[in-house]
Amino acid sequence: MPVAFLNFMEVTMNGLMAGVLYALVALGFVLIYKASGIFNYAQGVMALFSALTLVGIMEGQVPFSHLINALLGTEIHHFGWHINAFFGILFTMVVMVGLAYCVQRFVFRHLVGQEPIILFMATIGLAYFMEGLGDLMWGSDIKTLAVGLPQGGSFAIEDLTATWAAEGERYYGMYIDQLDIVATVVAAILVIALVLFAQYTKQGRAMRAVADDHQAALSVGISLNFIWVLVWSLAGFVAIVAGVMWGAKSGVQFSLSLIALKALPVLMLGGFTSIPGAIVGGLIIGVGEKLFEYQFGPMLGGATENWFAYVLALLFLVFRPQGLFGEKIIERV
Amino acid sequence: MSTQESYVTEDGRTIGPTVMEMKNITLRFGGVKAITDISFDIREGEIRAIIGPNGAGKSSMLNVISGFYVPQEGEVWYKGKKRPPMRPYQVAQQGIARTFQNIALFEGMTVLDNVMTGRIRQMTSGVFAQAIWKGKAEKEEVENREFVEKIIDFLEIQAIRKTPVGRLPYGLKKRVELARALAAEPSILLLDEPMAGMNVEEKEDMSRFILDMNDEFGTTIALIEHDMGVVMDLSDRVVVMDYGKKIGDGTPDEVRNNQEVIDAYLGVAHD
Ligand SMILES: Nc1ncnc2c1ncn2[C@@H]1O[C@H](COP(=O)(O)OP(=O)(O)O)[C@@H](O)[C@H]1O
Ligand SMILES: [Mg+2]
Repeated sequence: MPVAFLNFMEVTMNGLMAGVLYALVALGFVLIYKASGIFNYAQGVMALFSALTLVGIMEGQVPFSHLINALLGTEIHHFGWHINAFFGILFTMVVMVGLAYCVQRFVFRHLVGQEPIILFMATIGLAYFMEGLGDLMWGSDIKTLAVGLPQGGSFAIEDLTATWAAEGERYYGMYIDQLDIVATVVAAILVIALVLFAQYTKQGRAMRAVADDHQAALSVGISLNFIWVLVWSLAGFVAIVAGVMWGAKSGVQFSLSLIALKALPVLMLGGFTSIPGAIVGGLIIGVGEKLFEYQFGPMLGGATENWFAYVLALLFLVFRPQGLFGEKIIERV
Repeated sequence: MSTQESYVTEDGRTIGPTVMEMKNITLRFGGVKAITDISFDIREGEIRAIIGPNGAGKSSMLNVISGFYVPQEGEVWYKGKKRPPMRPYQVAQQGIARTFQNIALFEGMTVLDNVMTGRIRQMTSGVFAQAIWKGKAEKEEVENREFVEKIIDFLEIQAIRKTPVGRLPYGLKKRVELARALAAEPSILLLDEPMAGMNVEEKEDMSRFILDMNDEFGTTIALIEHDMGVVMDLSDRVVVMDYGKKIGDGTPDEVRNNQEVIDAYLGVAHD
């Protein structure tokens, strides 16, 4: 195979892997939006919060230790134990479910039937609240997340692909990050699990029912509150995976919450209410931005990945505002 | 009242004791009184009709029974117990199923999925049980699926099982909504104008389904109809409402000869 083609393949692979993670983050938005009409601005902060919580739990940090020390003059900060990643993630899941319950119970339950813009504003408030809560509980220093995921390029893939180039060409093989591979596999599993859950379980059916028609859902005995807690919990699980993967890569710090910005163009592309749309949209943006950078980046001064997705999404908004799979919006007059 | 004793109708169906009783229900919307001090009961196995001109408060009454509206005054008694304030989904879980005057279906889901949602009450395994103990959840799904297929056959909508509901014509949507309500095996089935907007043939089909449902499954049915003629053929007993008040209650014959009812019906234009 010619080296140019192999490079193209490598870029595409990396794009697909980034895309799966984008799709996952976008799914977090879609779940909540479909079931409750809330555009959850706090999705990114949820990822940050879950990553902070995971580190805190694994390291045996005492939550709110700064606050406690300041109030009582004590000097506590750690319990002195360590918890492995598996149980750490399990506890974090419990925390995220608790958070989902509180969000529904204390915020959105009181806002049922409000305008979408009001619900959106509430999620902005929630984002700032959670950011503050994360700092207060676990401290605001940058943390490393050591859940034991492999880092660095995969030698197996490098060795394997090195032999693919045509005779006599200089080619050292593809560079594929191991962490990206793990992230892709985990994200893909979660995406598939979410789709199966929505499609084939009783709760999934109830979730789709609530997304479709509140009155009808009530009339067959579905509790809207329960479904809303459920979707916020699922969005919380999505946030954990996103938080772990991004956190393992670049440390747990505020910038982690910006991954949500990556999901926005995916949503514009895929439609805010479509699960397949989020998946395909994520892959298109992942591959698109990597290939674009590879082909045109050098000509345009690089860093096209920062804006490419948004330009693509804007073009979509002009020509197909309902997204790839969204239903055509026809205003009834 | 001696409504507690069962009796057998002329066509051989058994009507049991009172299953639901509305006591002195009053419902207001701001200044508008939609229901004024109405009492009536529904007996097991009967077809009970609520009729009256447009705006009489019939849908409001159905909404009170199904928990969508909360009356300012009055009590709802169900299966011999006073019902505490309840949310609509809790009422549904108690076995009271309903359809809506303006059809409320899950438009994006298939007919089969729509009818399956009616079984939610019967499907008891939790989120994690379904993920972990796949066998039990699968068995439950299969059993409920079988029941749903029976309902689909019964209402003659096999041909559209896999069609998304949004694509169906009005008459079929009404039938799917009925199927979903019936799938819940309700103790009481509430139908809000099941025949509204239908042509003569569709109305006849719907009447037949309602009678068969009641006859074969013994389903207790409370239905709203705005057209006197249809109701007289279907129902065992009729409540007549006008301007939020009850102006008649009894067998079709009794109601038909009630002067106040005749006046109310002559006083409004039929559509
Ligand atoms: N949700 C509501 N808000 C305000 N008024 C209502 C509401 N529902 C019903 N009404 C009023 O109650 C009265 C009875 O309406 P309804 O029960 O729909 O009558 P029917 O079903 O007999 O045609 C009407 O005056 C209607 O405007
Ligand atoms: Mg009505």
